[in-house]
Amino acid sequence: MPDPQSSLAQRLGAAARSFVKWLVIAAKWTGRMLRHLGIALLVFGRALYDPAFARAFNRGFDPASPQGETGARPPAAPAPLPLKPVPAAPLATLDKAPPDSALLLLGLFQKEARLVDFLQQDVADYSDQQVGAAARVVHQGLRRVLEDHVTIAPVRTEPEGGRVTLPAGFDPGEVRISGQLVGEPPFRGTLVHGGWRATDLHLPKVVSGRDLGILAPAEVEL
Amino acid sequence: MSTARYCIGIDLGTTHCALAYIDSQEGDGDTIVDAILPIPQLTAPGEVMDRPLLPSFLYLPHPEEFRPVDLTLPWPSDPSRIAGELARAQGSTTPIRLVSSAKSWLCHPDLDRRAAFLPEGAPDEVTKISPFAASVQYLSHLREAWNVAHPQEPLEAQEVTVTVPASFDPAARELTAEAARAIGIANLVLLEEPQAALYSWVNDSHGDWRTQARVGDIILVVDVGGGTTDLSLIAVTEEEGALELTRIAVGDHILLGGDNMDLTLAHLVRTKLKADGVELDRWQFQALTFGCRQAKETLLGDADLKSVPVVVPSRGSRLIGGSIRTELTQEEVTTTLVEGFFPEVAANARPMTRARSALTQVSLPYAQDPAVTRHLAAFLARQAGATEDLNGFAQPAAGASFLHPTAILFNGGVFKPAVLQERVMRIINAWLTAEQAPPARLLDARDLDLAVARGAAFYVHARHHGGVRIRGGTSHAYYVGIEAAAPAIPGLDPELHALCLVPFGLEEGSEPVSPPQEFGLVVGELVRFRFFSSNVRRDEQVGELLADWPADELAELEEIQTELPAEGRKRGEVVPVRLQAQVSEVGTLELTAIPIAGGAQRWKVAFNTRGTGAG
Repeated sequence: MPDPQSSLAQRLGAAARSFVKWLVIAAKWTGRMLRHLGIALLVFGRALYDPAFARAFNRGFDPASPQGETGARPPAAPAPLPLKPVPAAPLATLDKAPPDSALLLLGLFQKEARLVDFLQQDVADYSDQQVGAAARVVHQGLRRVLEDHVTIAPVRTEPEGGRVTLPAGFDPGEVRISGQLVGEPPFRGTLVHGGWRATDLHLPKVVSGRDLGILAPAEVEL
Repeated sequence: MSTARYCIGIDLGTTHCALAYIDSQEGDGDTIVDAILPIPQLTAPGEVMDRPLLPSFLYLPHPEEFRPVDLTLPWPSDPSRIAGELARAQGSTTPIRLVSSAKSWLCHPDLDRRAAFLPEGAPDEVTKISPFAASVQYLSHLREAWNVAHPQEPLEAQEVTVTVPASFDPAARELTAEAARAIGIANLVLLEEPQAALYSWVNDSHGDWRTQARVGDIILVVDVGGGTTDLSLIAVTEEEGALELTRIAVGDHILLGGDNMDLTLAHLVRTKLKADGVELDRWQFQALTFGCRQAKETLLGDADLKSVPVVVPSRGSRLIGGSIRTELTQEEVTTTLVEGFFPEVAANARPMTRARSALTQVSLPYAQDPAVTRHLAAFLARQAGATEDLNGFAQPAAGASFLHPTAILFNGGVFKPAVLQERVMRIINAWLTAEQAPPARLLDARDLDLAVARGAAFYVHARHHGGVRIRGGTSHAYYVGIEAAAPAIPGLDPELHALCLVPFGLEEGSEPVSPPQEFGLVVGELVRFRFFSSNVRRDEQVGELLADWPADELAELEEIQTELPAEGRKRGEVVPVRLQAQVSEVGTLELTAIPIAGGAQRWKVAFNTRGTGAG
């Protein structure tokens, strides 16, 4: 009969090793994800305000795609991003990327909600009350930005937790299905999250040559 | 019939401007669709954003402050003047370069309103501008915004209404009309803001107002904007079987508005913080005012909330730990704001005034009593007899100490929290009940911020395409002061008589009126007359001479003046003239001197908008 104590130690050791292994994998993933996040934000932001880009993206980056018929492009719009798959772009080139609406949006988040200030601080050094007070500034400000600049509506208006039916031909871009995924539509399931859709985006028009990398200018009082 | 396609209403407000328009090619009958022009404006250096409102602020930047290119608008513009949101934001940290409340300065009686003295108290190197020039600046911003959006239909060629406070004196109206003409508006009419609010209500009812209003109704419009409180009474009468609206009275010019209320709360919270040893700088105080406004609206919207946190963000980048958290309680809002600005007072309450010290600096004549309800009580009492001459109105009940309104329309951002509307309703209804009068009804206003612009657009449309009109004419009777012929007595001023020059309710476009009295004008010399107005003396006829009057019935305005050119006459010669008054189609009062000897010559009698003693 094996010694129960050593067996426990062995099991703990194995668990710890496997935990560390997972930790390393998780760290690698996180690094990769962070890099992807930058790219994703860039593409997401651009797609949000530039309908033509969004459509081109949907069609697999057809560079010959016509401009959006809304004509809502700011006059000072940056040169279009190269319309090819971008995942290979390393993070470092982001700094040199032309000004784009992701930076503009981030600038608005900083101006109205102090988001960059908030994220640049280490919350571990402060009490929950202090973090909470600052979070109010961020929350109120972000809400204002969303109210002012983005029109947001739920994708599905049914109450969350209720049953919904997805007919044949539903748009998998709008509704992500999971779980017992077998058979043919119509699918019946529980609405777990109603989703959000930005139906409209009205970002400021930007003067050409404006350095959008300046998310917040330094302030000097005379 | 006009050929202009658009009917445009411009609300040139103390704190915000807005432009609404109606496309006359759309809609018909009782369905008239208006729209609000999105106004592009700088929201940050190098960023232009469309907004429905243009904050009435002008910032005069230092040449080194911005890259000129960062002040680009969608049209060619002057980088030495910034209007709108960026102006307001910059001004919160650099107030010496901010022009605000230009409209209140525009009706300041003691100043040359064309003299460049704003920003008040700014250092010499800041190039100052006049209240008139600031108004022109806001109007031209609106014009450019319109013309960029409608290049085929320039604003100058449309039918335009610009709104003015009902309490604006003839000189301020004249200046507003002149500012509109300065930006090229040819087809212009002025409209009083409370009337515009009522027009907006009429339009929103899609014809249903005829069932909601009854003959004999007296509608009280309470318009509390960002900077001013404007009161009007409008009666519903009947003319050949159709309902008519007649504006029967307007209140005095009261510089009291929503900004006072937000500021009061911010001062309260600042005092609280000070007690805890926390000092706020100007930037933080601005942020606090903003936070208090939001907290106030939350608290007024939910009586069950005990308090709402207000956080003043740190100025530096250390947001966490550097921000100051405090709170605004329901009780503070109730005692400071509700009790302070809307106290429950009796109908015989009057605004408190304190003597101003003789050495006051020239500044805006802010209301001394912050209680809107006391100003309301005084207004209604003063106008107790306003319906006496009106057809279809019962004589005021014996013992009525004030005019009994039967319906109330609220306007202005202050009344967004319904609880403030309810409170004012309750107070007025208590006054009514005390005099055995039925309670007044609440008229449902749709859009408290934009109603004035929208109502103004509807008014132009109604003028040109038929529709309900509010009649009214001049809201005051006007008098010139004449020294009585009497032997001089040392130490006593000669007795002053008031000659009625313009009767109450003289309508625009009607025949000119002229008192029979003759005046001698000296050729080549500036002749001045003392000028008075009254918003209660309704029965005076043109030419009536008053030897004395109750002190509170006539208010002295600035002098009016005229000068006869010397051409064809001897200098110093005395020419006998008659004074003539007419209300132009635009809605401004026009005074002229006509020689009795005949001839086609007319001389304009100008409102002395250049300040007393100047010119």
